[in-house]
Amino acid sequence: MDTFFQQLINALSLGAIYGLFALGYALVFSVLGVLNLAHSAVFMTGAFFGLVLIDKLQLPLIVAFPLAMIGAGLVSVALEFIAFRPLRRRGAPRISQLISSIGASILLVSITQLLFQNLYGGTDAYFPRGLVPDEPILLGGLRIVPIRVIILIAALGMMVILQAVVSRTQIGQHMRAVAFNQRVAALLGINVGRVFVTTFFIAGALGGAAGMLYGLVFLNVSPFIGSDVALVGLTAIVLGGLGSINGAVLGGILVAALQTFSTAIGGSSYRNIVVFGILFLLLLVRPQGLLGQPDSTRT
Amino acid sequence: MVRRVFALILVLALLAPAVMAQDEEVLQMGFWEECEDPAGLPETVTIGAIFAQSGAASVYGISQSQAVDLAVAEINELAYLGEGVTLEVIYADSAGDKEQAIAAMTKLVEEDGVVAVLGPTLSSEAFSADPIAQENGVPVMGVSNTAAGITDMGDFVFRDSLPESAVIPGTIAQATEALSLTQVAVLYGNDDDFTISGYDVFVEALEANYVEILAEATFAKGDVDFSAQLTTLLGTNPEALVISALAAEATQIIVQARQAGYTGPIIGGNGLNSPAVLTNSGEASEGVIVGAAWNIASPEALSTAFIEAYSAAYEDAKPDQFAAQAYTGAWLMATAIRCGDSAESLAIRDSLAEIVDFPSPLGMFSFDEDRNPVHTPVVQIATGGAFAVLGAEMTEE
Repeated sequence: MDTFFQQLINALSLGAIYGLFALGYALVFSVLGVLNLAHSAVFMTGAFFGLVLIDKLQLPLIVAFPLAMIGAGLVSVALEFIAFRPLRRRGAPRISQLISSIGASILLVSITQLLFQNLYGGTDAYFPRGLVPDEPILLGGLRIVPIRVIILIAALGMMVILQAVVSRTQIGQHMRAVAFNQRVAALLGINVGRVFVTTFFIAGALGGAAGMLYGLVFLNVSPFIGSDVALVGLTAIVLGGLGSINGAVLGGILVAALQTFSTAIGGSSYRNIVVFGILFLLLLVRPQGLLGQPDSTRT
Repeated sequence: MVRRVFALILVLALLAPAVMAQDEEVLQMGFWEECEDPAGLPETVTIGAIFAQSGAASVYGISQSQAVDLAVAEINELAYLGEGVTLEVIYADSAGDKEQAIAAMTKLVEEDGVVAVLGPTLSSEAFSADPIAQENGVPVMGVSNTAAGITDMGDFVFRDSLPESAVIPGTIAQATEALSLTQVAVLYGNDDDFTISGYDVFVEALEANYVEILAEATFAKGDVDFSAQLTTLLGTNPEALVISALAAEATQIIVQARQAGYTGPIIGGNGLNSPAVLTNSGEASEGVIVGAAWNIASPEALSTAFIEAYSAAYEDAKPDQFAAQAYTGAWLMATAIRCGDSAESLAIRDSLAEIVDFPSPLGMFSFDEDRNPVHTPVVQIATGGAFAVLGAEMTEE
């Protein structure tokens, strides 16, 4: 039984990172109606900024973390200006924006790889150990590593804040209006361009936070860590329901739980078969995902 | 490039006194007496080297290329291939990827026309790329391939890296005796030739030593979260954790096993045998036991000389086993060229196959009839962030 709860803790903390990452996907998708496939690269830049700030500039974690989030947010905004806006202006179809985001992702990874080569003489580096106390908390028969609790709290906290921003603030209202219909929103006097920039910034900051947490748990950072979560994040938002904030987090935790328990029971080889098998079955029964709503009431 | 040039200058600066010191009968690498100075070589002899210089396996690939640079600088400086003959290396990055290793081998052999190839870094890359060298009749020498069956690919395929099948049985036998093991748990990567063949040999060796395997779990290359597997394995209360993994995954496994409250010994294959694994896993590495072809604490005179030269060339960096094997590999290749007095691929192959009792940092080195290396391995234990020789520690007690 202890083993079960221990595995549950493993799954929840991994799921929190997946969920946080998937939030950014979900946010951009619900406001723009476009998948930003460079989001995994933004995730990676978050971890990379955090690493450089802590390891090279010797900043304390408490300062480096928000800075890394802001950095990743700005990278995400740059994506909007470089990969999305010019295409949207020319009325390019959404599929072109998707492809251009893949290109942007490759570009970001390559730039970071170059920076890694120069800063670390290789393609991976490690966060210094002991940034977060790693003495496990003993709870009954359970051993809980503090960082795993921290990421769970951080992810849930950010989810609640995001939910509040979207539903209670003016910018949230604008985002929902733009998501509902860009043209109508523009006619109502909403600065659509600014809403897009804000959306990309928030999505990027969340992705960056996920990347930073990922780095803190596993210590290792490389330009390629984005690919670890890219597919998982997509699965999470489809599973949870495209465009749903709670759905993204739920989806992330579900994917992590499926991965963890299938690894624990059957070995890692069957992990993705289980995850994608369940995704497939769910989509047959409920195409809009677990918490998804019909298109007209998105966000 | 700038770094390479800088390194080269450092090497040359260091070698100047070394060459002068030859008069004092300092043991010098190479068959200087055994083979006459070659006379029939062209001005430039070009060999290729395929190492994983990017990606997860770059932990190995970068130290390998640095070691080869060092060896080649020495070989040219000492005119090992005769006056006026330069050994040149063309590097290609395999990135830990089979497809890229194939592309690299094709380019080196068919476009650049190299006479011999060192590498590739991973066994999985070797299985994909070496057949191209074999078909083209170009000798290829793995300097870090330890999976079973590498040299079965053909008579042009060599390696100077002891296979897991030669290192692991000794590791398990010594560890079982030193720690009185009876029950262990095993964790291994099941999508990589190297980690699978390591696992097979571990299981065989454990059985031979009457050690029971309580539980087994697997992971895939690129995994970072091992908490699920470790929770399952450690739930069976093993006396030791046996892992067959590459460095990147091994580091995570060691750290996460300690976080999960495991304090016992962790016995690993060749992938764990890198100072980078110890540095990156910090205190968690205490008690990691690894068999190896080479240890930095080796008493061999040539080994000490190699460590000094490497540290001088690379800003005080300490070489690992991969560097020692790559360095030896480059010298072996040059020796084959020297002794065969030919830059033809076939002649190099034949002359390579005849190398016996070559003094090297790895000890007295020979190729057996299957082109596999023969030399004595060491079993090491991590203490205070460095590898000590397990046997040595036991005699001290």
